[in-house]
Formats: sequence, C-alpha cells, structure tokens
Amino acid sequence: MAEKKKKFMQGNEACSEGAIYAGCRFYAGYPITPSTEIAETLSVRLPKFGGVFMQMEDEIASICAIVGASLGGAKSLTATSGPGFSLMQEGIGFACITEVPCVIVNVMRSGPSTGFPTGPSQSDVMQAKWGTHGDHPAIALTPASVQEIMYETIRAFNLSELYRTPVIILYDEIIGHMREAIALPEPDEIEVVERKKPSCKPEEYKPYASNNGDIAPLAVYGEGYRFHVTGLYHAEDGFPTNNTKLIGEANERIVNKVNKNIDKICINEEFYLDDAEIGVVAYGVSSKSAKFAVKEMRKKGIKAGLLRPKTIWPFPYKAVNKLAKQVKAILVPEMNLGQVYYEVERASRGQCEVKGIFKVDTEAIHPKKIMEEIEKFT
Amino acid sequence: METAATPKKTKKAKQTPFDYSKYIRGGKLPHIWCPGCGHGIVLKSLLRAIDTTGRSNNDFALVSGIGCSSRTPGYVDFNTLHTLHGRALAYATGLKMAKPNLKVIVTTGDGDALAIGGNHFIHTCRRNIDMVIMVYNNYIYGMTSGQFSPTTAQGMIATTSRYGNIESPFDVCKMAEASGATFVARGTAYHYGELEKILYEAIMHKGTAVIDIIDSCPTYYGRFNKFKTPSEMMEKIEKEGTIPLKQAAGLPPEKLQGKLIRGIIYKKERPEYTSEYAKLVEKAGGKSK
Repeated sequence: MAEKKKKFMQGNEACSEGAIYAGCRFYAGYPITPSTEIAETLSVRLPKFGGVFMQMEDEIASICAIVGASLGGAKSLTATSGPGFSLMQEGIGFACITEVPCVIVNVMRSGPSTGFPTGPSQSDVMQAKWGTHGDHPAIALTPASVQEIMYETIRAFNLSELYRTPVIILYDEIIGHMREAIALPEPDEIEVVERKKPSCKPEEYKPYASNNGDIAPLAVYGEGYRFHVTGLYHAEDGFPTNNTKLIGEANERIVNKVNKNIDKICINEEFYLDDAEIGVVAYGVSSKSAKFAVKEMRKKGIKAGLLRPKTIWPFPYKAVNKLAKQVKAILVPEMNLGQVYYEVERASRGQCEVKGIFKVDTEAIHPKKIMEEIEKFT
Repeated sequence: METAATPKKTKKAKQTPFDYSKYIRGGKLPHIWCPGCGHGIVLKSLLRAIDTTGRSNNDFALVSGIGCSSRTPGYVDFNTLHTLHGRALAYATGLKMAKPNLKVIVTTGDGDALAIGGNHFIHTCRRNIDMVIMVYNNYIYGMTSGQFSPTTAQGMIATTSRYGNIESPFDVCKMAEASGATFVARGTAYHYGELEKILYEAIMHKGTAVIDIIDSCPTYYGRFNKFKTPSEMMEKIEKEGTIPLKQAAGLPPEKLQGKLIRGIIYKKERPEYTSEYAKLVEKAGGKSK
C-alpha cells in the first residue's frame, strides 16, 4: 500500500477537515478562544465546496442557525468554548427534542466565566451531559490527538445523522492548538453516513414515528414534505400534544435511542489492560500523560493499564465496571475538580479503590504525578 | 414580474369566496388565540397575500419563536418551524442559507422579536437576507399573561407595570430601517386589505422586509387599560391611532401627534445576503447551489 499523504496540522484545523470530509456544508459560529481557528479555516474551505460559512451575532444565533440549516438538508457544525457553550445550551436542548442532527465542538478552556481563556481544562464534561434543561440524550466524543480529532469529527457527524441527535466533540485547548503530522483519509476510506430521507408519500410522512425503536427518517424542508417541527412535546406527526402518555413516551424515546445503543456508540482504547493490576481511566490530553506513565510503570515491572474512552457520553459503565473487577485501584486524572471521577466511582460499585488526580491551574497533568500515584498502590 | 398578480379591487365583484383550505392544516384548528385577538385576521391577510404570488405551498417556510403569534406556523400547510423564544430569525437564517430558494416568512411578536430576540433582529436586518419578518405588535406578552413589552407605551398598565410603564417603547420601523432592512412597512389587523397588499409586496421584495403589524390583545392589554370591547380597542389603537403615509405627508407635525404611519414606509435596493454569498462562493472557486 502506498504511503499515506501526511500533513502537518493543528487540532482545530483537523476538526475543520474532518467536518468537510464528513460532508458538513454549513458552519455558523462566533469568535472565541481557543476554538476560533475552526471558524477561520472553514471560512476559507467551505465556500470551495459550495458550503456556507456564517459568522453570527452570538453563540445562541450560531446553534439556532445550524439547526435551521440542518432542517434545510445541510450537515451543520458550530464550534465554541466554555462561555459560548453555556450560551448554546437551550439550543442544544431544542435539537435534542426536535431530533435534528448537528455537531457542536467545545474546545475546553478554564472557567467558570471568562476564567483563563487561553488556558486548557477538561471542566465541561458534565455540562456536555447535563447542560440543557430537562432529560435528554447526550453523545459526546473526547479525541486525544490531532489525528483523532479528524476521525472523531467524522464519527460525530455519522452518529448525529444515525441517531438524529446533536453530537458534542469535547477536547481541550492543548490538543486544539497542538500540531502533529497526520494522515489524511482518502475519499471513501472512511464511512460517511448520509441522512435517511423518507420514501413514503408526503401526506403519510410522520417525522417522529418510531417503529420498534427505529429512528424515523428526516425530510428536508422545501422538498415536498411539509412537516412541522416544534420544541413543544409533539406526537409522531410533529404537532404539539398535551397527552401526558405521549409526552412521557417521547421523552423516554429520545433518551433511550442513545442509551440502547451504548455498545455501538462507546469506543474505548485499551492499553496494557489485559493483566493490569492498577488501572487508569483518562480521556483527552490527560490520557496522553497517563499513557506515558503506564509505559514507564511497565518498564519498572509495575502492571498498570489505561482505559481511554473516546466516547465520554454515554459513559462506558460496562468497560469501567469490568476493569474495577480486575484491578486494585483506578486512578482518574482530569483537568477539573472531579467530573468523570464520579462516574468511574459509580461504575466501579465499590469493587476497587477509585482515586482522582485533579488539576485546575491550566497546566496539563504531568506523567510524573500519575506515576507517583500508581506507585502508591504497588 | 413583481406587479403581475397584484390584487385589483375591480375584480372583487366576480370573486368566488377565497378558499383557505389550501393553506390551513386539516384537524389543527381551533387555534389557541383568544376571542377578539387580531392574530387570525393577520393570518387571513398573509394567506391571501401568499395566494396572490401563485407559488406552491412547498416554496414557503414559516418560522416562529415563542408567544401567541409564534403559534401561527402550526396551523398552516407550509414547511413550518416553531423554535425558541427570540431565536426564530437565527433558525430562519440557517434554513434560508441551506435552501436559498425557499421564501422564508417569520411570524414573531413584540417581545419575541425585540426583547429576547432584539440582537438577532438588528443583525438580520443588517445582513439584508431575503426574509419577511412579521412583527405582531400588540404591546404585551400575551402568552405569559400580560407583562409590558419593548413596545408598550409609557404610562400603560401591564401585570409588571401596575403603576404605569416607565420605559420608552421601540419604534419597530425606525429600528428596522436603522438596522439595514430594505423594506419597512406598517399595517394593522383592522386594515386587513391594506395589510394583504403590504404583505404581498414584502414577499416579492428581495431582501429583509419588516412589517410592524399593530394588533390587539383585548384579554390582557385591553382589560388592564380600560378598553371596553375588542372592537373599541381596535378602533382606538389601530384605526384612530394610525394614518396612511400619503395622508400624513401633507399634515403638520402637531396633527400627527400620537399617530403611527401606515403603509410602505421605506424601500431600498441593496445587495441581498444569499446573492452576495453566491458571489463569494464563485470567488472562492466553489460551486454555488
């Protein structure tokens, strides 16, 4: 096989290229550090594909515009960081209840509020799950390298189309601004999921009909299917309902369509886990330090292993539970004051000790710190 | 093209009754609007204006935010989108860019468009994106039971201005014009025939068209401010409170005091956003839609 074309690229640029590969043809966003390069790149790249780049008046307009564009048939993206992500929450909820595919990138920075805008963090993991009000589905991906940002962006679009739900990509400022030589996928090398459109007669179309848990196809506005979309609870024909049975069923359905497919959505990297006695669960930039630490430990003959979720929501409870059965302790390094840590503790069900390694001074967690903690359990 | 199907009064005598069933969704009525509310009258003018264009239902998208007027899309047989409070214009913008051939009409209220959605309102006008923005202006938040809005006049009573409103109201038309809209008009539910013609012109206009539609909320605004009946309210606010543009032109300022001007107040040709975007795509070497 011929050597793959490699390109030196920044994480945020890789996200933009992944989006274009996935068929994204609409971007709306508002300038914010440290995600702005995604907008800048796409403002140049999208028009070349006949796609639309729009700089909106704020992040609220951005999330709303991408949902509008998605209903017009365009695969759509917005990118932001902490403060903008907070502003987008209501709009994310709208995309959840109306089941409109779209992708939101949050390049995590220090917070709360303006915090330290150029400083990385991993403190929006819980916001990605619980940020918008009401019970809702959540899919969030946590790539850990420039190459992976590209692949996971493509996967984000695919999941979004497949499950008709917004998908969030979470990575930190370090990976967003890091440069690596990455392999660009050839056309058709990676599967790109296209939206399932209805084939029935327009008058028979029900945009929210779910037969046996299937996800209904989504028609495109202006193509003959004159359907209704509302953020109110609606019946399967899309029109508002105050039937409490239908409301309950609809809420459960949008959550379950993700939860029932956890095994398909969750992808983990396992590193030296087979015989591990001490586990580390880490994601994003902290997993880079963790991997280094595990390698060093192995050199010393200490049986450490890493479980790295690429999908943080839905959370890989099964994989963590299995790990908890096997090891003495699980360490959770993350650049916040404990978010995924509590999920790991919950998944472990007391089968092993769970210890967090937290850091919020906007500097990455040093591998040495993780090594020290691992050694305490030997 | 723009004048081809303008409604003519002379034809009225022979006319068969207008068939609304082509536009009303079966089984979705009755609507939620109170008796005496003007929203239904405005809808009638809109549907007749749409009919005059001769275009298919498929060619129109109705987008709304939250509030009484924002319930309009649910009742009519177009591509319809009922969104978040204040955000209709942002959704409409995304949709228009993805499907530039759709004629996008936004039905919104004074609170939805100008308070929570004020930022989107001015920026949509500034872009001059091809879109009709119908502001159903009844000076009150009806859906939440009668709080004062950004267009409530000073001194008026609402559930949150029991001592009389102390805030200055927005002039929707001045705001739209200053923000860059290229078609600015005012109509009322009372003058429904005139409104129909304005709406037709707005639909045919290429650019952002804003119509300030003076409307009445007898349930809250009327009750709090001592209007005896919905018809008295319409007459006082919509009929006596407004004056046609032509008539106003010859009058001294003191005669215009307390009166809002009706008609197409401002119209200008200026590059429209989707057309400009198509040029940008060409410049970038891409293929336009």
